[in-house]
Amino acid sequence: MTATLTEKAGAPPRTGRGKARRRRRGPSAYAVLVALTAFAGVMLIPFVVVLFNALKTPQEYSTEGPLSPPDGFNLDAVRAFWERTDFGNVLLNSVLISGSVAVLAVLLSVLNAYALGIGRIKGRMWVLVLLLMANTVPQEALVYPLYYLSKQVGLYDTKLSVIIVFTVIQSAFGTYLLSSVLSAFPRPLLEAARIDGAGRRQILWRVVVPVVRPTLSVLLVFFFVWTWNEFLIPMTFLISNENQTVSVALGVLQGQRLMDATMSSAASLLGLLPTVVFFLIFQRTLARGLTAGAIK
Amino acid sequence: MTAQGRGRSREQWGYLLYLLPGLLLFTAVIGVPFLMNIGTSFTEWTGVGTPSWIGLGNYRELVKDEQFWASFGHNALIILGMAVIPTMIGLVLAAALTDLIGRHFGPRTASVLRACVYLPQVLPIVIAGVVWSWLLAPEDGAVNALLGKLGLGSLAHDWLGDPATALWSVIGVMVWIQIGFPLVIFMSGLQRVDPSLYEAAEIDGATWGRRFWHITVPQIRPEIFVVLLWTTIAALKAFAQIFVLTKGGPGGATNVPSYYSWVNFFEKSDVGYGSAIATVLTLVIIALTVVFLRMQGRDLEEAPR
Repeated sequence: MTATLTEKAGAPPRTGRGKARRRRRGPSAYAVLVALTAFAGVMLIPFVVVLFNALKTPQEYSTEGPLSPPDGFNLDAVRAFWERTDFGNVLLNSVLISGSVAVLAVLLSVLNAYALGIGRIKGRMWVLVLLLMANTVPQEALVYPLYYLSKQVGLYDTKLSVIIVFTVIQSAFGTYLLSSVLSAFPRPLLEAARIDGAGRRQILWRVVVPVVRPTLSVLLVFFFVWTWNEFLIPMTFLISNENQTVSVALGVLQGQRLMDATMSSAASLLGLLPTVVFFLIFQRTLARGLTAGAIK
Repeated sequence: MTAQGRGRSREQWGYLLYLLPGLLLFTAVIGVPFLMNIGTSFTEWTGVGTPSWIGLGNYRELVKDEQFWASFGHNALIILGMAVIPTMIGLVLAAALTDLIGRHFGPRTASVLRACVYLPQVLPIVIAGVVWSWLLAPEDGAVNALLGKLGLGSLAHDWLGDPATALWSVIGVMVWIQIGFPLVIFMSGLQRVDPSLYEAAEIDGATWGRRFWHITVPQIRPEIFVVLLWTTIAALKAFAQIFVLTKGGPGGATNVPSYYSWVNFFEKSDVGYGSAIATVLTLVIIALTVVFLRMQGRDLEEAPR
């Protein structure tokens, strides 16, 4: 492990688009490319279907069926859904909750994993098992007591309550992944920093965090998306309309069976668009983060 | 290590400080509610009024409940669909994208393909359920329409409505949703691997399969463990997928423990029984987690450092 990592320190940055890197694209390489592109295409079909039907009028849908492309660019269904749910506000709630959870849960994961993976405190496996319970206990088992407790402390029907709950739940995965990665962290790097007189806190922020930054950005995206998609707990906690998240608003409407096919496609489109946009932005950030954060 | 015993224990206290916020929050949000849930599992309670203590009554009922045992059987198959198959596919895809596509066609091509495969992961489960129950619809569903076009019309089917195919259809949808997760974790892990390792192996004439077994898999072992454990837990907790696709039906053919407990909580108002199911499920998951972490710990200790 140590050997490969020190070796890596001297290796040229990976993202360099050198000529040497792309040589000999044999026919097999093209075959793999075609196969993987086809696979990716199949994965995307349901998204295309949603997009098609969100842009149709109900008449068009009933005459031409679900699989044909739309005749024009009809935004009626999208607009109707937006107005019915006050979607701007719903969107803001989801961004606020998912964003806060993503940042706070990554922070909490780093702190936990530093103690467990680098600090190697005694009984770390049991602490890990305990913390993992945050994600292993089915949420159905927690919903009743949490509901009761949040009423006691006056946090019921606030965004803060959902943020706190999901910060803990999501950080369980972060703690686990990061402890696992940090327990394989190159010890010589830590020793060197210590000899240079760095304290525990400096080592964490100046040595450990920069090295695991790619993993942290992946975690940030996961937490954001996972929280965005959560349904049961937000539905139970955010009962007033002005606190609803995207998933809750969609789920509630779907449950009431008030939407026709085009409108539920429009709702699906509006529900998935923000996470897709977020993910596409992240893709670039990740690529930049990798070149900047390479081990020096 | 033993020689520095005292210094090491002072070290430990310093690190413990970093664990403190995590432990406090955990106690408030998970620990206490979880104990409260165990408490109600020993009671008969409708959710309102005072719970009445019935000791192990709920658990005695559980042992004889055939639906409960069947639901665990379904869960074993769901682990296949959410953990085993996606991890295997994800591993091969991650290796192919990093080792072949990334090096021959540039990292941009690889990351576009990765994004496509990951996309279902960002889809809210509620929406995935709406979309798929419509794609798999018996009358004018896209899947049946496609089969008809391919001349396989005889295979057309009420995929989610037939007890024989419902669970397998759910598993298929889960694979679609789930593949992106292992793929992204594995690819970020593979970024740690020195590319010259692959190049050296290729120059030495190692085939793609050999590079996969001897470089990719060993290098991202920690990630493989993490993904397998995590997706297995997620499979045991699978609720929203079942809720939106089949509601446990037809005739309980896709019922799973987490959904079964939910039914008892919110539909049958049998909070005590629901808590008992949730408690058993939690114990199964915890046992699995401990076994897994033990295996992982042993494996990582053996691995050369």
